[in-house]
Amino acid sequence: MNVQIRKVALTVLLLFGVLFLNLNWLQLVQAEKLANDPRNRRLLFAEYARERGAILSADQVTLAKSQPTPGSALKFLRVYETGELFAHAVGYYSVRFGREGLERTHNDELSGKGGVITVQDLGDRFLKGSERGDLLVLSIDSRVQQAARDALGSRKGAIVALDPVTGQILTMVSRPSFDPNPLSQHSSSGQETAYRSLVAAPDAPLANRAARRTYPPGSTFKVVTAAAALSHGRGVDTAYPASRQYTPPQTDKPMSNFGGGTCGGAMADALRVSCNTYFAQLGAELPEGALEETARAFGFGERPPIDLPAVASKLPTEDELESPAFAAQSAIGQFDVAATPLQMALVAAGIANNGKVPEPRMVREVQDARGAVIEQTRPEVWKEAVSAEIAQSIKEMMVSVIEAGTGRSAAIPGVRVAGKTGTAQVGVTGEDTLAWFIAFAPADAPRIAIAVMVEGAGDPRNETGGRLAAPIAKKVLEAHRQVAGW
Amino acid sequence: MIAARRNTEASLLVIAASVAAGGYALALLGRGRPLGSGVLAYGAVFGLAYLFAHLGIRRIAPASDPLFLPIAALLTALGFVMISRLESPTGSPGLAAAQMRWLVVGVVAMVAVLHFVRDIRSLSRYRYTFAVAGLVLLLLPMLPVIGQEINGSRLWIRIGPLTFQPAELGKIALVLFFAGYLSERRELLAVATRRVGPIGVPEMRHFGPVLLAWAISLLVMTNQKDLGSSLLFFAIFVAMLWMATARPVYLIAGGTMFAIGAFAASRVFGHVGRRIDIWRDPFEDPDGPGFQLVQSLFSLATGGAWGTGLGLGRPDLIPAVTTDFIFAAIGEELGLVGALAVLTSYALFASRGFGLATRCRDDFSKLLVAGLTTALALQTVLIVGGVTKLIPLTGITLPFMSYGGSSLLSNFVLVGLLLRASDQTARTIDAGPATELNVPAGGGR
Repeated sequence: MNVQIRKVALTVLLLFGVLFLNLNWLQLVQAEKLANDPRNRRLLFAEYARERGAILSADQVTLAKSQPTPGSALKFLRVYETGELFAHAVGYYSVRFGREGLERTHNDELSGKGGVITVQDLGDRFLKGSERGDLLVLSIDSRVQQAARDALGSRKGAIVALDPVTGQILTMVSRPSFDPNPLSQHSSSGQETAYRSLVAAPDAPLANRAARRTYPPGSTFKVVTAAAALSHGRGVDTAYPASRQYTPPQTDKPMSNFGGGTCGGAMADALRVSCNTYFAQLGAELPEGALEETARAFGFGERPPIDLPAVASKLPTEDELESPAFAAQSAIGQFDVAATPLQMALVAAGIANNGKVPEPRMVREVQDARGAVIEQTRPEVWKEAVSAEIAQSIKEMMVSVIEAGTGRSAAIPGVRVAGKTGTAQVGVTGEDTLAWFIAFAPADAPRIAIAVMVEGAGDPRNETGGRLAAPIAKKVLEAHRQVAGW
Repeated sequence: MIAARRNTEASLLVIAASVAAGGYALALLGRGRPLGSGVLAYGAVFGLAYLFAHLGIRRIAPASDPLFLPIAALLTALGFVMISRLESPTGSPGLAAAQMRWLVVGVVAMVAVLHFVRDIRSLSRYRYTFAVAGLVLLLLPMLPVIGQEINGSRLWIRIGPLTFQPAELGKIALVLFFAGYLSERRELLAVATRRVGPIGVPEMRHFGPVLLAWAISLLVMTNQKDLGSSLLFFAIFVAMLWMATARPVYLIAGGTMFAIGAFAASRVFGHVGRRIDIWRDPFEDPDGPGFQLVQSLFSLATGGAWGTGLGLGRPDLIPAVTTDFIFAAIGEELGLVGALAVLTSYALFASRGFGLATRCRDDFSKLLVAGLTTALALQTVLIVGGVTKLIPLTGITLPFMSYGGSSLLSNFVLVGLLLRASDQTARTIDAGPATELNVPAGGGR
């Protein structure tokens, strides 16, 4: 019988060996995927157990904070007291649906996993069992944000403004917006209901139109075209005769001016009235690759290095731009040119900042739970788009747009504002418009660069950059002026 | 030598009791609770219980293997730590205290077994009694008044405030019956009277009582929807039969019957089919029937190599974590290292058991020890395998660790029987080869 007993024993031990191997395989091969599976709530629960850091505006308004919830399985509740106002900037924090916005990009600091361990952190670890997250202070002033949101009213669109020298974002509004609070509630089914209804909503309230959607920039792109021309052998006195239409070579489709007008002359005149025929011709006759090169020098084709989820703005392909017709259309911001409002604001900032496009940043400084500053954002240059001289020339042209051109409704008494209007045709037959406006002020020592994009609601005559977008920008500029004092 | 054994046992038991107290304390700290008087209280109870067991063994089974009790004690202590960590005022209050009470009962029962059974072979006399007792215990839950249906299976009885799973003790009784019957009838069952091809087949009538007992137990278990126990029981039966007779025909027949049975079960019983589907892909419906296994896998994965630490993981997210899935809780909080250590403890226990079986001098002891060891080892393999998605899940408990008084009690009785056999065998061996034990008809091999 011993023989049989030994065999059974061996079999049993073999079975244990298989269990052993299975456990090891589970750990070595499968564990990482399982541990990070979004349906595995353990890591999220662990995060929820920490006091997540707060997010404050530049004027110390609490935008997001973790409220302790005694008696609940999740120890803290993420509360967004400003609700919709900062929704796209700050984002949301949901156990089921993950994180968005700053909650996502700065998750390490907010959840206390940031690399810097202070004495405070060590104390927390021993006494409280876990660290408190770090606190973020944004560069957005809530008053400017409110003004921007009010200026947009009930329209759909986006507003982005930044400091052209430091790159700090001064406002970021996208409408329609949403209330992030239901997404961070403790009830899992409540979160699901809220999320599903937001996803199903017709106008995509969850989408951050300022940084994650691209739109044809229309005539605001003429700034880039002008820069390209000036950087590639053209001068401010490059002139074309006044005309009503321009037909690019190799095509028989004429391009006309807005409202059927006639315009021409030198570059400044053309820019002031936003002359399509001028810029179309200018663009068609640029050396090969010039427009693309300058556009890329402003950041097109690349995701802006902002600490928020963002997408790159798009250009037509090199081959497409070889066709004069396409080049002409691109030169006036149509065809396949598609920009985020953030990118267009960066264009304005680049011109404002002597040709250097700054790196955009939402967070101004990071503090630990006690308030000591751990990190301060330092300004960085992202792209050197054009030379300082060219920037200066364009700046003057943009000033005249406001003083005497299509951007008059953005003029602020006592301040030299520089800007450019744009009205993009969208839709199958171009029946819808997007009203654009980019600007910076004061022209000589710029403190703010802005881009406004408003979706038209079916009244193309009146929904132009000059009539719709520029007044909105003016309100934001004035609000910032009041807060920042310039 | 005997003294050395007992001293080893004593030191190991001290470690086991410390694990109980220390683990409990760590789990409290991990959950951010203050250390209360519970640490000392539980530590004291564990210490005293193990002390009592140890002293009992010193007196009445001094030559027994020093590892059986400490391993059981350690596993029980770990299980207790996990259970106390998992209990909550809203979820399952009082589990730890209940488990501890059952530990005390189990230890007392173990010592009682040692006390009343001085010669393990004497149990062979009562084999038919054990058969009847075993079947009765299995059938008890079917009775109207005291029978209880919980979670769709009818396995429990309630007498007053106590709920009990008689099948656990019934299992031990039936192993005792098989050991007695098979050791007596070994030769008859092994002799091949006919041949089917290359395989010899013994007389059918000798199978009779055994098959009947087995068939009834299986019927009872499938009726009560306890298919995990059916499988376990079947495997133990086939293993014991084979060990007794060395006839491959039993293995083949057993394997075939199992295959047919499993197939039939998966068709007839909806939830068996479901269990197999869940095993194949628990993520197909991770919030539905697959939830338990999915959470178990998440648990083990999140634990990593070293675990999250006691009290710092979320094993409470797994349903039935204090019973079937306690191993996953170990995996999460004590990591791969902890899980492997636990597995190694069971394997060590099994190898000591099988080693003892080979050293036993008479057939009954051999079969009994081998059968009991197989029972414990296979039960462990089945539940750990199910929890780690190696095999479909079966609703059986992890010996010593899962919450459950009946399981704890029957497993300590098992330990008692092993200790008695071990003590007896060791003294026989020490006394020299000239000492012959009375061997029942059939001879020893």
